[in-house]
Amino acid sequence: MLDVQGLVKHFPTRNGTVKAVDGVSLTLARGETLGIVGESGCGKSTLAKLLLRLETPFAGTALLDGRDIFTLRGADFTEYRRSMQMVMQDPYTSLNPRMTVGDIIGEPFEIHPDVVPKRARAARVRELLDLVGLNPEHISRYPHQFSGGQRQRIGIARALALAPRLVVCDEPVSALDVSIQAQVINLLEKLQAQLGLSFIFIAHDLSVVRHISDRVAVMYLGRIVETGTVEDIYAHPTHPYTQALLSAAPEPDPELRGGSRRIRLEGDVPSPANPPSGCRFRTRCWKAQPRCSEEEPALIARRVESASQLCACHYASESGPAT
Amino acid sequence: MSHLLEVCDLHVEFRGRQEAARVLNGVDFHVDAGETLALLGESGSGKSVTAQAVMGILDTPPAFVRSGKVLFDGRNLLELPLADRRAARGAGIAMVFQDALSALNPVFRVGWQIGEALRIRRGLGRAAARARAIELMERVKIPGAGTRVDDYPHQFSGGMRQRVMIAMALALEPKVLIADEPTTALDVTVQAQIMDLLMELKNERGMALILITHDLGVVAEVADRIAVMYAGRIVEQADVHDLYRRPLHPYTRALLDSVPKLRADDAPLKTIAGLPPNLARIPPGCPFHPRCSMELPVCREQLPPALDLGGRLSACHRAQELLDA
Repeated sequence: MLDVQGLVKHFPTRNGTVKAVDGVSLTLARGETLGIVGESGCGKSTLAKLLLRLETPFAGTALLDGRDIFTLRGADFTEYRRSMQMVMQDPYTSLNPRMTVGDIIGEPFEIHPDVVPKRARAARVRELLDLVGLNPEHISRYPHQFSGGQRQRIGIARALALAPRLVVCDEPVSALDVSIQAQVINLLEKLQAQLGLSFIFIAHDLSVVRHISDRVAVMYLGRIVETGTVEDIYAHPTHPYTQALLSAAPEPDPELRGGSRRIRLEGDVPSPANPPSGCRFRTRCWKAQPRCSEEEPALIARRVESASQLCACHYASESGPAT
Repeated sequence: MSHLLEVCDLHVEFRGRQEAARVLNGVDFHVDAGETLALLGESGSGKSVTAQAVMGILDTPPAFVRSGKVLFDGRNLLELPLADRRAARGAGIAMVFQDALSALNPVFRVGWQIGEALRIRRGLGRAAARARAIELMERVKIPGAGTRVDDYPHQFSGGMRQRVMIAMALALEPKVLIADEPTTALDVTVQAQIMDLLMELKNERGMALILITHDLGVVAEVADRIAVMYAGRIVEQADVHDLYRRPLHPYTRALLDSVPKLRADDAPLKTIAGLPPNLARIPPGCPFHPRCSMELPVCREQLPPALDLGGRLSACHRAQELLDA
């Protein structure tokens, strides 16, 4: 359904050009969830904005059902906007405090008036509230009368108003408490099954991504370093960064303490304004060789057991560092 | 035997114009040298207020300590004159805050801020305080400490800023270190570095560490004991292995079930229905009863006391049942 090739977005700043997204390719099928993980500054939110065409890329294409979204104009563009919606991270700042819930969820109909006739809009908003597990009677309430989890449901209802095919979720549960987070994750999964939605699910929490995704892409400094099915990535990571990320994620089970060999990366992520030459991860990598600074590794299949698992490392293997 | 730090029946309320929110409702815990106690809870459970009350940095008003004791080295900090209270702060108990960017002063160099306590409380001169600040920065593994000592907070990355905060907290060699969500704002690879550093420092200095967090993963990796908080009470307290293996409070149990696991099946997550209570209107009886899957009529009427079940505590009417099951 979605086929993204070689997407590039740079931001010129006083301290040099920030290469936020620097050659990202990915695909997404109908009804599928692609998880995108990576640390701050890896470009995951910029990628989301590009896919929603809130930012214009410097290079690259994104084909939605065979048509490049970056060349769409006029009615075609309006149509595209309908098919792609977003759920934002912070349910406190992404809802206008002076609008009622009904107005917030119904606002997309103002912009796309032909979707639902004016007379039927209030009824449609009630249906949407019901769909996301909120009381339809609360249509005239304001955001401050709802809890964080309920607000995130309002954000989801707004994203679903135009019956999109693809929803980009940018850290949709990271601002929520654990017990509420589970409610929202279950809701997203239920809606996906019910409405046949595709999700791009951006998060830094590896356990949440594993739970909700079919496939995963791991990003580092504007590039995808490894991608594959959830099973491939979580059970057989081959890129040193994926391995380090998984190893650093705390597991809620004290019995595993010290059991799996910990990989500890040194230092912080380098500035995206001045990424290392060759492989961008080499400055924190225990496998780094002279070749890594000279030659950028291609994102290709490197594990014989799985042709769909792509990894951008010259020395990809399932083994971690020797201790 | 007396403990290094002991909090007894602590009650704190936030007085508003119309009503008072009862934020802490009888918190009891203790911690000893070399031990890591995790205060685990969701937003509004009272974990940060507990830390602030222990440190004596509650904003009064609106926050008032209604009753309770904070015993440190056998003295009740809440009854000490202000000067003695200040002396205990920093040298006795120090704190690392969640958001290093807002906890550090943006217009002073980090070395100056780390050395501040040494100059004021230990009477060190500028040069001596600066030299000690460099040592502390080296100890928390800030590369190039000798030059970075003169940098401002904004020149550091998030992880490095958190290290600066830790260096500052260590300046007076505290016996108890309270870390309030020290890694929540950090990326996972950096989070791991900071937790490793905190554990290393704790072991090296024999400090007691009170780790305040909502992250069940972090707790499982570092804590010795866990106190689970809900609506201003500790509802369960146990050794980390016992608590994860067999939670004896329905809230703890539900919390553990609602976290997605890194290596596990794909069944829908279990959820906890409803929301934590409004602290101005805590329901009668057990505060968790409206959300509890094991609720009995008695839960609506009687507040369950913390039952001692062989070295662990659970404040649930059905705790014994859970233990025997």
